[in-house]
Amino acid sequence: MAILVIAEHDNKALAPATLNTVAAAAKIGGDIHVLVAGQGAGPVAEAAAKIAGVSKVLNADNAAYAHQLPENVAPLVAELGAGYSHILAAATSNGKNILPRVAAQLDVDQISEIISVESADTFKRPIYAGNAIATVQSNASVKVITVRATGFDPVAAEGGSATVEAVAAAHDAGTSSFVGEELAKSDRPELTAAKIVVSGGRGMQNGDNFKHLYALADKLGAAVGASRAAVDAGFVPNDMQVGQTGKIVAPQLYIAVGISGAIQHLAGMKDSKVIVAINKDEEAPIFQVADYGLVADLFEAVPELEKLV
Amino acid sequence: MKVLVAVKRVVDYNVKVRVKADNSGVDLANVKMSMNPFCEIAVEEAVRLKEKGVATEIVVVSIGPTTAQEQLRTALALGADRAILVESAEDLTSLAVAKLLKAVVDKEQPQMVILGKQAIDSDNNQTGQMLAALTGYGQGTFASKVEVSGDTVAVTREIDGGAQTVSLKLPAIVTTDLRLNEPRYASLPNIMKAKKKPLESLTPEALGVSTASTNKTVKVEAPAARSAGIKVKSVAELVEKLKNEAKVI
Repeated sequence: MAILVIAEHDNKALAPATLNTVAAAAKIGGDIHVLVAGQGAGPVAEAAAKIAGVSKVLNADNAAYAHQLPENVAPLVAELGAGYSHILAAATSNGKNILPRVAAQLDVDQISEIISVESADTFKRPIYAGNAIATVQSNASVKVITVRATGFDPVAAEGGSATVEAVAAAHDAGTSSFVGEELAKSDRPELTAAKIVVSGGRGMQNGDNFKHLYALADKLGAAVGASRAAVDAGFVPNDMQVGQTGKIVAPQLYIAVGISGAIQHLAGMKDSKVIVAINKDEEAPIFQVADYGLVADLFEAVPELEKLV
Repeated sequence: MKVLVAVKRVVDYNVKVRVKADNSGVDLANVKMSMNPFCEIAVEEAVRLKEKGVATEIVVVSIGPTTAQEQLRTALALGADRAILVESAEDLTSLAVAKLLKAVVDKEQPQMVILGKQAIDSDNNQTGQMLAALTGYGQGTFASKVEVSGDTVAVTREIDGGAQTVSLKLPAIVTTDLRLNEPRYASLPNIMKAKKKPLESLTPEALGVSTASTNKTVKVEAPAARSAGIKVKSVAELVEKLKNEAKVI
């Protein structure tokens, strides 16, 4: 039994979510192979070969895979993956984009966003915005699964010595092409990997006021997130959104500022170890999940907090 | 061009769902049901394409129980031209739904299929991608902007670090993200008119599609409850607790 893990990368560096996905693969048990599909992604393949527990890295280098277009990558994964017992990818926007296409090509159901491995064929995953946990069993010949990174502690990035093998297979469906991308620039830690996350909601009133959160975040070495209300109001870009439809985080400390705590938002952060809520409405639902709640005006509390930490 | 929109009947997003005592699933008896929010955005986008003169006909399709007619009527009231219901009482997996939609696509031959990016009940985020695989069409998932020009469509997609734009050959599959548009409300006259619009009923058998699944839900449980927290009186007390009690800063 061997497991194929799809590497998450940007052709230059391996994304940390890959390490969480390998951790899930290790829990299933079996030989772990990592597929790096990209263009000129040699450094990524080398990094993947060093991951603890990985025995082989497949490097598919082709211009058609440069931007991870699912029309081209999915046939490659389906072709290679047919010989494996499991195909795993991180539940990132990329993994979510590609893997269902692979599953349909292999004619099997997919299991999305698993948070635990019960056995080689049984997995747990949240449904209804995290308000219920389903245990799902698969009898598919190839089990196609996306892994919620925050559900698994990452394996060591160093210590492995896998062989790197070039894959010749080239698929270019010719139905899609990459036009461009616009990435948000940030010096702060990545939201999904940060140990501390400070998030603001509608209570921040405007985008300018997020400077209070940035100041606090910089002092704590934290990432800054936002609720959907703050994103929809145009305070901050949408890649900062935490929730069912945004990013799922599970940091050591989550500080929710001016966030009421709608079901949709809680789905993205309620697995945080410690939750702090700062809100002037003492009836706000966020206080029901907060370990420490402070009923106060955020414009007084946040600067004071920044001074004291 | 003809646009096909898939909509799903789901528990209303404001409802706090409860897990059944026998762990067989979520209790949906007497719970308010609505159109999945991402599907509303899909319908809205199709209607806007029609208003721009890009789309000529909007066909809305739902796969589910007889009661899903309500959601189809809602879509008709919002501006869809006709509806198709593929009736199935079972709880279908995304792959089964994608196969049924493929059969409808074969029948209707739309130039674009718009779906929501995920349903808020199963949270799968699979159907659009699977339909794209089965039809062999290009896919523009998590779309925040859709622009049709000639025989291609440019889709701006929400990705983890920001936004990405891809160009797809038509016919293509698009799945909607939250920020694609703000869905309109159905007006009363339109709700009345929608009652007269055609609604065709089909079955998986009539479409020749097997809905067998490789997945089985063994049980459904409530998530572990968080232990009750405390309210602190001041910022100083909060910092003290975080440092000495929780030890997280």
